[in-house]
Amino acid sequence: MGVSPPLLEVIDLKKHFAVTKGLILQKIIGQVKAVDGISFTINEGETHGLVGESGCGKTTTAKTVLRLEEPTSGSVKLYGKDVHQLKGDELKEYRATVQAVFQDPWSSLSPRMRVRDLIAEALIVNRRVSKEEVAARVSELLDHVGLHPAQASLFPHEFSGGQRQRIAVASGLASYPKLILLDEPVSALDVSIRAQILNLLWDLQQEYGVAYLMVAHNLATVRYMAHKTSVMYLGKIVEQGDTEEIFNYPLHPYTRALFSAALSSHPDIVRDEIVLPGEVPSPIDPPSGCSFHPRCPVALSEPDLMKRCKGELPVLTEVAPGHRVACHLYSGGADPLPADKLKMHKDGGKAAAIAKKQLAAMTTRVED
Amino acid sequence: MVAVDKSENVLSVNNLHTYFYNRWGTVKAVDGVSFTVKAGETLGIVGESGCGKTMTASSLLRLHPQPASRIIEGEIMLDGDDIMQYPESQMRDVRGRKISMILQDPQTSLNPVYTIGNQLVEALTHRTDETAKERGLRKLAEEALRDVKVAAPNRRLLDFPHQMSGGMKQRVVGAVAMACSPKVIIADEPTTALDVTIQLQYLRLLKDIQARTGMSIIFITHDFGIVARMCDRVAVMYAGRIVENGPVREIFNNPAHPYTAALIGSVPRLEERVDRLFQIEGQPPQLYDLPVGCRFKARCTFAKPVCEEAYPTYYQVDENHNAACWRHDPLWESAPPY
Repeated sequence: MGVSPPLLEVIDLKKHFAVTKGLILQKIIGQVKAVDGISFTINEGETHGLVGESGCGKTTTAKTVLRLEEPTSGSVKLYGKDVHQLKGDELKEYRATVQAVFQDPWSSLSPRMRVRDLIAEALIVNRRVSKEEVAARVSELLDHVGLHPAQASLFPHEFSGGQRQRIAVASGLASYPKLILLDEPVSALDVSIRAQILNLLWDLQQEYGVAYLMVAHNLATVRYMAHKTSVMYLGKIVEQGDTEEIFNYPLHPYTRALFSAALSSHPDIVRDEIVLPGEVPSPIDPPSGCSFHPRCPVALSEPDLMKRCKGELPVLTEVAPGHRVACHLYSGGADPLPADKLKMHKDGGKAAAIAKKQLAAMTTRVED
Repeated sequence: MVAVDKSENVLSVNNLHTYFYNRWGTVKAVDGVSFTVKAGETLGIVGESGCGKTMTASSLLRLHPQPASRIIEGEIMLDGDDIMQYPESQMRDVRGRKISMILQDPQTSLNPVYTIGNQLVEALTHRTDETAKERGLRKLAEEALRDVKVAAPNRRLLDFPHQMSGGMKQRVVGAVAMACSPKVIIADEPTTALDVTIQLQYLRLLKDIQARTGMSIIFITHDFGIVARMCDRVAVMYAGRIVENGPVREIFNNPAHPYTAALIGSVPRLEERVDRLFQIEGQPPQLYDLPVGCRFKARCTFAKPVCEEAYPTYYQVDENHNAACWRHDPLWESAPPY
């Protein structure tokens, strides 16, 4: 096998929005750097998680990958071809290959279409298929997402939230895509329904080998779903790598703060809570150098480092295999902290034991 | 720090029923809810949307939507008095002064056309103590903002809500709710609209204020992470009723109701990746069409025919810990399976 291009490649992607002033003679007074030079790749059958707080550019990235936004610079490549240059048949092929499932199944499904038409739409528009094939595919998909094929003639309002999200997933899968964008796929759903949808997405990936780009603010969900994770802050990726590596050994001060702020799942698991001062600055006028420096607890306590953070932009550098960080703490090539000190959840073993015990209690009945 | 007698019940709710009457019939949003809150304690009410958490909260303030819904029966003892007997005019003195509420969305709970200072002063006029007259409301408003750690409070008083970020607005909402130092604060999912780092700031702030003033908090949430971080005791609600009630560690370590266990097991963990999430099949029942027996029965992995026959009573699992599940009945083992 030669070197085949990966499924999706995002290279130094930038998306800036102009801020204007005045009604008739509009003047551009600034730029919102929503996405400011990010790169990542997704291989076939892989899930890439994009996490960060609101306003960090997650959704803009997803929109640019979907070709709903033109990038200011940089490119998005699907199998080595720039998706923003595609035309004609290639564009059609791209649209069938990349699909999306959105957050809110109440607004993402048209209330005036029957489930059958909602699911078939992506197929009819993008692929040449006969009526019989469409009907067969719709029944097959409904069955795969855990609905009854007879429900194809119903309207979305006749379903609950979880079922609607299943319909959205089915419609995303219809055209045999290679990549599905999941924009907060479970955050609009009830807690007891979320696990159903996450497990469904996981099973579908095992079965069809579809890749996911998952945008989420819930870190635990990303840990459950994603193989690789990128952490974004103010339009830039501050840390990127294998999910397990990042969640066990977060390096960037922002990642550490973000993870420590996520609440633990058991009252006995206590984490060192890092409370960041202030709030995310405006992306119109982001801070110089490392955009995290005004809130960074490490830089604030070390004046020497602060000078560098203020003046110099850190680049994403590999610090361990499959783990890249954009921070001056780690750019000198030195290993600043021993591995055991970096481990985030010192009582991770306890959490695992609790989880196993609870799961065992729930499943004993099912087995016998 | 205010010393509070932690054994004293500040609020006790007894057999509360709030029903809606509409064209589908009777929607039993709150159907026999009883719980107590002690001084300085944090009670978490957990459940999915539509289980009656918010209706329970608004019934406590008697702010449930009227005339769509009515409190059918029940007793709400606040600080020794049954506020169910109060006329509406007297309820105005209770709201804010004795019991108060922080709503989910700070964008909609502040009035966009008045300044922050204006809205704080409005809340503060309900104070009856002498300090209010002596120091002036403006000064008190400034202090209230300082208490919720808003920087430069004297300038912030002149701001309109749209000039503040979400986290700041929620702090202001908190300041308004706490303006008359109520004994009980109901926080109805106060952090769902906030980012994680801001959420942590806010939760810590609430804890700080609680330690300082000794108020009780009722935390309404669907997030077990918040429960683990904030609450002393937990009441789990399902389809209008409390199915389990107990101390927070008990609930996490030995959940006595299958619903509680399933709910905890279905949430992904940050600390460790579980191989597969436990999933609860099906959906909660419609509140206008409730089964006779246990309401969780259709989704429960343990169900037996007895579960259909009658709604289980509360079984004492441990001290202060009870659950409404037939599995704790002495005759459960001998009950025939399906």
